[in-house]
Amino acid sequence: MRELPPRARWYIYFVASAAVVAGVFSAFHVTRWADVLVFAVLFTAADRFRSTATTLTSVSMSVSFIVGLAAIFVTGAYGGCLVALLGGIMTNDRDWPRRLFNPSQYAVTALSAGAAFSLFNIQGEGLVTAPLWQLVAATITAALTNYVVSPTLIAVIVSLTTGLSVRRVWSTSFSWAAFGYMGYGVLGLLLAVLWTDLGVVAAIVLMLPLLVARAAFANYAEQRATYDATVRALVQAVETKDYYTRGHSERVSLIAERIARESGMREDRVEIARYAGMLHDVGKLGVPTKVLQKQGKLNGDEFDAIKLHPLHGYEMLCEIEFLREALSGVYHHHERLDGRGYPMGLAGDEIPEFARVIMVADAFDSMTSTRSYRNAKSVDEAVAELQRCQDIQFDGKVVANLVEAVRKHGWEPTPEDFGGEQVARDVSVLRGSADQGVRRAHRA
Amino acid sequence: MHIAHEIGPAPLPQRRGPVSWIVLVVGSAVGVAGVVVTFAQGGIDRPAVAVLFFSMVFVGELIRVSLPGERDTAPLGGSAAVGYSLLLFLGPGMRRPAGHSAYAVIAVVAVASAAAIMLLSALDRDPRPRDVARRVLVCAAIAGVFRGSGLTERLDSSPFGWEVSKSGLPVLAMIVAVLAGGLLDVFIAAVVRAERDRAPIIPTFRNELLAFSGIGFSMAAIGMLIALGIAIIGMWTLPIIAVPLLVTQFSFRRYAAIRRTYRQTISALSRVTEVGGYVEPGHSRRVTRLSVAIGREFGMREQDLLDLEYAALMHDIGQLSLADSIPRGSTLHVAPAERRRIAAMGADVIRSTGTLDRVAMIVETQAHPYRRMRENGDLEVPLEARIIRAASAFDDLVTASEAGGRQAAWNALERLRMGMAYEYDPRVVEALTRVLEKNSAL
Repeated sequence: MRELPPRARWYIYFVASAAVVAGVFSAFHVTRWADVLVFAVLFTAADRFRSTATTLTSVSMSVSFIVGLAAIFVTGAYGGCLVALLGGIMTNDRDWPRRLFNPSQYAVTALSAGAAFSLFNIQGEGLVTAPLWQLVAATITAALTNYVVSPTLIAVIVSLTTGLSVRRVWSTSFSWAAFGYMGYGVLGLLLAVLWTDLGVVAAIVLMLPLLVARAAFANYAEQRATYDATVRALVQAVETKDYYTRGHSERVSLIAERIARESGMREDRVEIARYAGMLHDVGKLGVPTKVLQKQGKLNGDEFDAIKLHPLHGYEMLCEIEFLREALSGVYHHHERLDGRGYPMGLAGDEIPEFARVIMVADAFDSMTSTRSYRNAKSVDEAVAELQRCQDIQFDGKVVANLVEAVRKHGWEPTPEDFGGEQVARDVSVLRGSADQGVRRAHRA
Repeated sequence: MHIAHEIGPAPLPQRRGPVSWIVLVVGSAVGVAGVVVTFAQGGIDRPAVAVLFFSMVFVGELIRVSLPGERDTAPLGGSAAVGYSLLLFLGPGMRRPAGHSAYAVIAVVAVASAAAIMLLSALDRDPRPRDVARRVLVCAAIAGVFRGSGLTERLDSSPFGWEVSKSGLPVLAMIVAVLAGGLLDVFIAAVVRAERDRAPIIPTFRNELLAFSGIGFSMAAIGMLIALGIAIIGMWTLPIIAVPLLVTQFSFRRYAAIRRTYRQTISALSRVTEVGGYVEPGHSRRVTRLSVAIGREFGMREQDLLDLEYAALMHDIGQLSLADSIPRGSTLHVAPAERRRIAAMGADVIRSTGTLDRVAMIVETQAHPYRRMRENGDLEVPLEARIIRAASAFDDLVTASEAGGRQAAWNALERLRMGMAYEYDPRVVEALTRVLEKNSAL
C-alpha cells in the first residue's frame, strides 16, 4: 500500500480535504458535544476490533456502522460527521494511506447519510415520539445512502491502486451486503432510541453480543485456516512414502474444486469435493512402502495390496462427520463407468458424484505430471485422452466440466493455490488471479 | 439441527454420578413448582407475551449449539429466557406493567424446554435433559433474584444516587441478576463436569468460566436488550433483535463445527500410523485418553489440555518417515537416539502446519527422558511431554503384557516406577496412579 500511484494519492488528498472542511463546519454547528465524544470512543472501540478480526462476513464492518448511524440519529448530521472523523482518527491504522483515508471516508459518508436522515426532520425527542413508519423510512434512507457512498469511495481507491474498473470492484465486494446493511441500520435506530433513555448502557448491551459474535467469526476463520494448513501438512507427510505422487493430492484437490464449481455445485459441496480430492490417496499409507516405491511392473499380490488403498482411506476418515459425503469420493475413486473398476465394481450412475469428479481429476493430474517411468503429457493430449475414455471409464459431463475449467483457469500445477480460492476473500486478490487465469487461457 | 456428540478420543468412561442426578431432579422440581404455583395464582396476566417467549425458548432449545468440549448451550432460548425474566414493562414508553411473576417465568421456560425435550426424543436426537435442567435452574435464579427479592427497589431507589435509566428502569438490578445467573450456570456446569471427568473442581470451574464467558455475556446482554427494548420501544424490538441473535447463534455454531471437525481430523489422522501398521491399533487414542486425564489431575487449562490432546494423538506420527515399521510399534524397545530422531521428524511434520508449534515442541520433547531436564539446563521438557511419555510407555507395557487386566496395569506401573526420576517424572507417575485408581483400573 505504501507505493501508491500518484492519481490514488491525489484522490486521497481530495477526500481528506473534503473531510476536513466538513469537520470544521460541523464543529461550529454541533450542539451535543458530550454525546459526540462518547459515540466517538464507542466508534473507535468497535472499529478497532475490526483490525484484529479476519474479515470474513459483513459482521466485521457492521458494529462501527451501527454506532455511526446511531450517532447521526442522536446528534444529527454534523454530530455524526464529527463522530466518524474523530473515531476514525483514533483508530490506529499503521500505514499512512489508511490513517488518512479511512477517517476522511467515514466523515464524508456520515455527513451524506446524516443529510439524508435530516430530510425527515426527526430530532432529539422526535426519536421517541415520531411514528414508527417515519423512523424506519428515515433509517433505511440513511443506511442506503451510507451503503452507496462508502463502497463507492472505497471502490475508487481500490480501482486507482489496482487498475481494475470501479464498477467491477464495487459489484464484487459490496452488492451482497445490501440486505445486511438494512438490518444493521435498524439496529442503529434501536441503539439511538435506547440511548435517549439509557445512554452508554444501551451501547454496551447492543454492541457486546455483536463483538462477541465477531470474535467467534474471527476464531472460526483462524481455525479454518489452521485446518487447511494441517490437512495439507499431513497429506504431504503421507506423500513422502510415495515418490511418484509429490504434490499430487493438492493438485487433484484444486482440479476437483474447479470441476465441482463448474458443474454448478453449491459452495459447501464444492468444499467437500476439495477435501475429497485432498484426501483421496490417504489410504496409500496402508500399502507397504516397498510396493508403492517399486520400479517396474507389479505382480498380482502387489496390485491387490494397492487396490486396498481406497478402503484404508475410508477407514481412516470415516469418523470425520464433516467429510461424510467426501468419503464416497475417496472410497470409489477407482471405479469405472463400465463397472470394471475397484473396489466395488460399481457402474454408471451407481458411482457417487464426488467419486466421478475425483476420478477425472486424478487421471488428469497423473497424465499431466511427470512420473519416473514416463514424461508428462501436455494438457491437450490429456484432455483428448480423457475424452477418448469418456462414458467408458469417465463421466462425460465431468470431463466436459474439466475442459471448461481448464479453458477458464488454464492449468499449470500450482499447489500454492490450494485453499486460496476459498479462504482469502480479498476482492482484489481474487479478481486479479481470475483475470490472470483468463489471460493465460487465452494465450494458450 | 442438533449437533451430534463429538467423535474423537472419548474421555475415560463417563460417570453420571449423584451430582448430575441432583441437577436433573432439582431442575425438574423447580420447573414443576413454577407451573403449579402459576396455575394456583390464576395463570399468566398477558398470555400473548408469554406465548411469544414460550416459542422463542422452544425453538432455541431445538437449535442448540454444542460449544467446543461438548458444552451444550442454547443461545436463542437462553436470551429469550433472560429477556422474559427481566421484562417489567410493555412499551412503547413503559405504558403497561408486564405483570408476570417469577413463577410464571419458570413455568413458561420449563414447559417450553420440556416440550423441546419431547420433540427431540421423538426425533431420536439426544435431548440432554441435564443441560436443559441446568438452564431452567439458571433462569429460575435470574427471575427469582430480579423479580422476587426486592432487589429492584433496593438498588434503583438509589441510596447511592445512581440512576442509570432516565425513565427509572432498574438496569443495575438487571445486571446483578444476570451475573448471579451466569455464575450459577458456570458453577453447575463445573460440578457436573468435574464429576463426569473425575477432575479437580477449581481448575474445572476456571475452564468452564472461560468457555462460557463469551456466549454467556452475549445471552445476558441480548436478554437485557429484549427487556429494555420492549419497555421503551415496544414489541417490535423483537424482530430487530433477530439480527444480533442470529449472528450469535450462527457464529458460535460455525466456530464449534470447525473446532469439532479439526479435532476429528487430527484424531483420524492419528490412526494413519495404525493403518500403516506402525503402531498397535488404538494406541494413540488410549494414550490420549490417559494423557488428558492426567493433565486434568494437574489442573491444566483448557487450551493446554487441547495441545496435550493433539500432541498425544500425533506423538507417533514421525514413524511415517520410516521405510519399515518398528516391530509392534512400541518405541520402548528402540534406541533412545533413534527414538528422538523419529520424534523430531514427527515434530517437523506438525510444525509445517504453521500453527501447531507448541504441539510440535511437545511431540519432539516427549522422546527425551525426564532426567535430562536437570542435566542440561538448556532443554526444557514441558509437563505435557512428560505426561505423554509416561502414558505411552504405560500403554505399550500393558499391551505387551501377557497378564490381563489389573495385573497388567500393576506390572506396567511397577516398571514405570523403576524408571522414575530418570525416565519418567515421579509426579506424573503418581498422577497416573491416581487416574487409574479413580477409574478402578487398579
